[in-house]
Amino acid sequence: MTENKRFWNEYQKEIAEDHYFYERSCIRQTFFPGSEAAFLKILRTELGKDIRDEVNQHTCTGIGYHSDIVPLQTTMTIVARLFALMTEAGYKNYVPSCVTSFGVFTEICHLWEEDPSLLDKTRELLYKATKREFIVPENIAHPSDIVYKFREQLTPRMKYRLVNRYTGKPLRVVDHIGCHYAKIFPDKGVGKAEFPYVLAGMVESWGGEVIDYPERRHCCGFGFRQYIVQENRGYSVANSKKKFESMEPYEPDFIVSNCPGCTMFLDKWQYTIAEMENKTYDGHGYGIPSLTYEEMTGLLLGYDPWELGLQLHQVQVEPLLDKIGIAYDPGAKYRAADGTILPNPDKPHNLLV
Amino acid sequence: MDFGFTISKTRVIDLSAANMEKAARVEEVRRCMDCGGCTATCTAGQFIDFNIHRTHLLFRRGQYEGLDKALEACMLCGKCTLVCPRGVNLRRMIINMRTLLP
Repeated sequence: MTENKRFWNEYQKEIAEDHYFYERSCIRQTFFPGSEAAFLKILRTELGKDIRDEVNQHTCTGIGYHSDIVPLQTTMTIVARLFALMTEAGYKNYVPSCVTSFGVFTEICHLWEEDPSLLDKTRELLYKATKREFIVPENIAHPSDIVYKFREQLTPRMKYRLVNRYTGKPLRVVDHIGCHYAKIFPDKGVGKAEFPYVLAGMVESWGGEVIDYPERRHCCGFGFRQYIVQENRGYSVANSKKKFESMEPYEPDFIVSNCPGCTMFLDKWQYTIAEMENKTYDGHGYGIPSLTYEEMTGLLLGYDPWELGLQLHQVQVEPLLDKIGIAYDPGAKYRAADGTILPNPDKPHNLLV
Repeated sequence: MDFGFTISKTRVIDLSAANMEKAARVEEVRRCMDCGGCTATCTAGQFIDFNIHRTHLLFRRGQYEGLDKALEACMLCGKCTLVCPRGVNLRRMIINMRTLLP
């Protein structure tokens, strides 16, 4: 019994309680512009946590690193500069918004642990280049880990639940975990790579039902080298297509992901497949909405869908909002920050919007 | 709309979606144990892109597309039948497959 308990402990993860140093993603603010702001709002106003949004932050080089454009030594020094910013601000818990960054930081820290001479060399290079010094973070957690950790604290604050208000049944949710969250270093993810529970835990706590479909653990096809050359993107989209075909019979209400690339691909490739093959996977021609976990959390907490940036999704979210019963102003969908109404975007040929 | 790429087709064979009707009518294919002896000894296969084992493996799994063309390469010499450890009459099997394929 004791042995079994120890075995399952491997599937747990230590997540810091408070005082986080936040690093934003390179691409998320383009595709899902409200997600990171929503995460900061959730932590500060809903949970009362201290989180620093550093103005001098920069890339972790993840996309360049995984595309074999940026060498490892350069990545190490750039990562060290980010850690130096954290050290100077007086923090020890690092929270990268992007799953790729999370994988990069975990990998670099692992390398330093295995070969301390690499750490010494990185310290030397960073000092030569910037006169900065750093400590290795005590805890690296992905923001989805933090939302997962405090999910039960958030539950009583929520205005809505993941329940279909017309039928009273739980919404059927596809959870998709970014490959770099736990497939590289399984013990750094909640539930390891085999049973990642980080998003499923949120969905189940908030009234939804997680769909366990055959290609649940399959990659979305983002994978940097798979899509970086335009001619190769047919392979990339084939990965998402395989997932869509596998989840289609289960009639999911929406997809939730914790990785910038996955959320974007599972959203935008539905447009591509609809335009190329006139095929959608929801049975009505609209596609399956693809949300970030911050958007899902924000919606349930009662944040305005347009403040969350949901109008920038390719697959429109209004049918989902109606199912949950979330109030929204259709006229405010394309209202700019200064109050002017922006023109409606062009409509796709096949995908209904 | 031109995206500059096309969607790669999956190479996974979905057996639940495959039509196994023709495969069920050729009794010989079910006795094969996939040793590859037929392909190793095939004279046609030495010179051209013809693989008898691959061909009847696809047939067995209900993947009939293009198999009629592939089977045209067989000269019916019968060497494969001589080496088959399961005693499959491959020549008869090939003739039966040719009859069933469009």
